[in-house]
Amino acid sequence: MAEPVKPAIVRVERLSKYFGAGTARVNALVDINMEVYPGQVVGLMGPSGSGKTTLLNCVACILQPSSGRITLDGEMVYDDRWLKADLRRLRLDKIGFIFQYPNLLPFLDATDNVAVVLQLAGFTSAAALARAVELLDYLEVGHRRHAMPAQLSGGEGQRVAIARALANRPRIILADEPTAPLDSQRARIVMDLLRRIAVEQDAAIICVTHDEMILDRFDHIFRLRDGRLETEMSVEKATAS
Amino acid sequence: MNLAYRDIKHNLLRFVLTNFGLSLLLGIVIVITGVYGGLIDDALRQARAANADLWVVQAGTNGPFAESSRIPGDTRELVARVYGVERAGAVTYQSIQTELNGKPLRLFLIGFEHDRPGGPRKLLAGRDIVRSHYEMIVDRSAGLALGQEVPLGTHGHKFTVVGLMRNELTSSGDPVGYITLHDAQELQFELSPAAERREVSRGGPLQSNDQINAVITKVSPYVPLNEVATTLSRWKHLKTLTQDNQENLLSKEVIEKSRKQQLMIMVLLIIVSAVIIALIVYTLTMDKVRSIATLKFVGAPDRTIVGLIVQQALSMGIFGYFIGLTLVLIFKPYFPRRLVLDFESIAVVFVITVVICLAASTLGIRLALKIDPAEALASSG
Repeated sequence: MAEPVKPAIVRVERLSKYFGAGTARVNALVDINMEVYPGQVVGLMGPSGSGKTTLLNCVACILQPSSGRITLDGEMVYDDRWLKADLRRLRLDKIGFIFQYPNLLPFLDATDNVAVVLQLAGFTSAAALARAVELLDYLEVGHRRHAMPAQLSGGEGQRVAIARALANRPRIILADEPTAPLDSQRARIVMDLLRRIAVEQDAAIICVTHDEMILDRFDHIFRLRDGRLETEMSVEKATAS
Repeated sequence: MNLAYRDIKHNLLRFVLTNFGLSLLLGIVIVITGVYGGLIDDALRQARAANADLWVVQAGTNGPFAESSRIPGDTRELVARVYGVERAGAVTYQSIQTELNGKPLRLFLIGFEHDRPGGPRKLLAGRDIVRSHYEMIVDRSAGLALGQEVPLGTHGHKFTVVGLMRNELTSSGDPVGYITLHDAQELQFELSPAAERREVSRGGPLQSNDQINAVITKVSPYVPLNEVATTLSRWKHLKTLTQDNQENLLSKEVIEKSRKQQLMIMVLLIIVSAVIIALIVYTLTMDKVRSIATLKFVGAPDRTIVGLIVQQALSMGIFGYFIGLTLVLIFKPYFPRRLVLDFESIAVVFVITVVICLAASTLGIRLALKIDPAEALASSG
C-alpha cells in the first residue's frame, strides 16, 4: 500500500472511556491514539470486551468518551467534551454506519431505506430516490429495489444497508462486524465492495471484526486488548502473525 | 416520505383492527353526546311545542312540567279577557301507559282546544283532529300507524290515530300524543265507574272534570309581555311563567340529574378513550424501538421521530372518529332514544378527539425521545 499523504480523516488522540466509578470503575478504553486516512480500510480487532465497539461508538459520536480528542474530517468534534451540539446532524453529514445486521426499517422498501437518509439530509424526494436507485444498482441489488427488508436475503439486506451508509457520500464509514451474518464467500464480496468504495469515494473505513479470514482486505489492523491499543500493524504483518 | 403513512401501510391489518376498536369507543362518545343533545332538545321542544308567550299555572307551583298544576277550566276565559292577551288555550298534560297488542305503550298526552294555542304544530302524515272525541295525533316513535286504535283510560275508550308527528318527545323519551281537551279531562280527572259509584253511595261531592293544567297565552305584539304578566299575577290562585322561565325549568332543573349523569358518562368515556389511545400509541412506539433507534443513529432529528408518533396517533384518532361517526349515523334510527347530533356537538367531539390524541401521544413521544440510538447496535436479526 502506498503511504497516505493526505491528512487523516479520523484522528483519535489519548481517547479514554471508563464506566462506573471508584472500585467499580471499568476502563473500556485507555489512551487510544489512532489515525485513518482517505482511501484506507482499517480493521479493529481484539477479543470480546477489548473495547472495539466502544471505540467505534465513540468515533460514531454515539458514546461520549471520558477524555481525549476526536477529529473527524478536519473538524474537532470532541475535546474532553462534545464540541458540536447536533451530533445527529454530524453523523448524517460525515458518517455512514454499517451495522452487524442490516437494521433496515421494516416498513420501507429497499429504495426508501436508502432514500430516507437523503431526505433527512435535505434532498428532494425525486433526487433522493434517483440517488438511492443509483446506489442500489452500484451495489448490484437494483433488481431488488422494491423488495421489503423481510423479503431480502442476508447478503442483499447488507448491501442495501451499505447503500444507506453511502447515501449521503460520507467521508467516514464505520462498520460493526458487517460480515458476521454472512458466509465466507459473501463476506469477501462485502469487504471487496468496501475497499472499492474507500478508493472510489476517497473515504476512510473502520471495520470492527473478529473474522481472521478477511484480514487481507484491510490496509491496517488495530488490535485492542483490555481497552488498550495493543498493536498497530500493516496487513502484511497481521496476516504473517 | 411520510414515515407514519409507510408504517401504517406496512401494518395495515393491525391499524384497521385497532381503528375499528377505537371507532367503537369514539362512536359511544358520539352517541352519549347525541343522547345529551337529545335530552335537552326534547325537553325544550316540549315547552316550545306550545308556542306560548306566557304560561298561566296553579299558584305556588312551577307547573305544568316541573310540578303538577291544576286550575279551574274557566281560567282560559278569564285570561283571554285580560288586556294584551291575543289568544289563550287551555291544556292538560299527563303521562299514560296502556297496553297494545300485549306490549306496554307509554305516551305523554296533551289535551288541547281546537284552533287555540297548545295544539300540535306540524304533521308528518294524516290530518288534524276534527271530531270532538276519540281521535289522536301521535309522534311516530310510538310505532302507531294511521287508523290504528289505541285503548286509553279507565273507561277503555279507543282512540283512533289520525295524524303523525316527528320528533315530539318528552325529556324522558316518551312520545307525545295530542287529544281534545274534553277527552284529556276525562282521562285525567274522571273516576272509574266503580269509584264513581262508591263516591255516590257515600254521598261525596260531585266530581267536576272541568279542570286544566295550564293556560297557554299569546300576547299581542303591541303590548309589553311584562305588563300582561303583572296583570295576570294579580289573581292569587294563579302564577304566570314566561316562556324563558319554562325553558329554564325544563332544560336545567327538570333534567338536571340526567344531564349531569350524561355529562359524567361522557367525561369518563373521554378519559377511557385517552387512556386507551395512549396505550395503543405507547405499544406502537414500543414495537418501533429498534427502527426509531436506527433513525436516530442515521441522523433523524427529534422532530422526525415526534412527527412519526403524532401523525400515527392523529390518523388513528381521526380515522376512528369518522368511522365511529359513520357507524352512529347508520345506526341512529335504531337507538331507543332520539340522538341530536348538531354540527357544533360533532365538531366539539372531533376537537376533543384531536386533543386526546395529542395528549395521549406524549407517552409514546417520551418513550421515543428516550430511546438511545446505540440500541440500533443491539445484535439481533
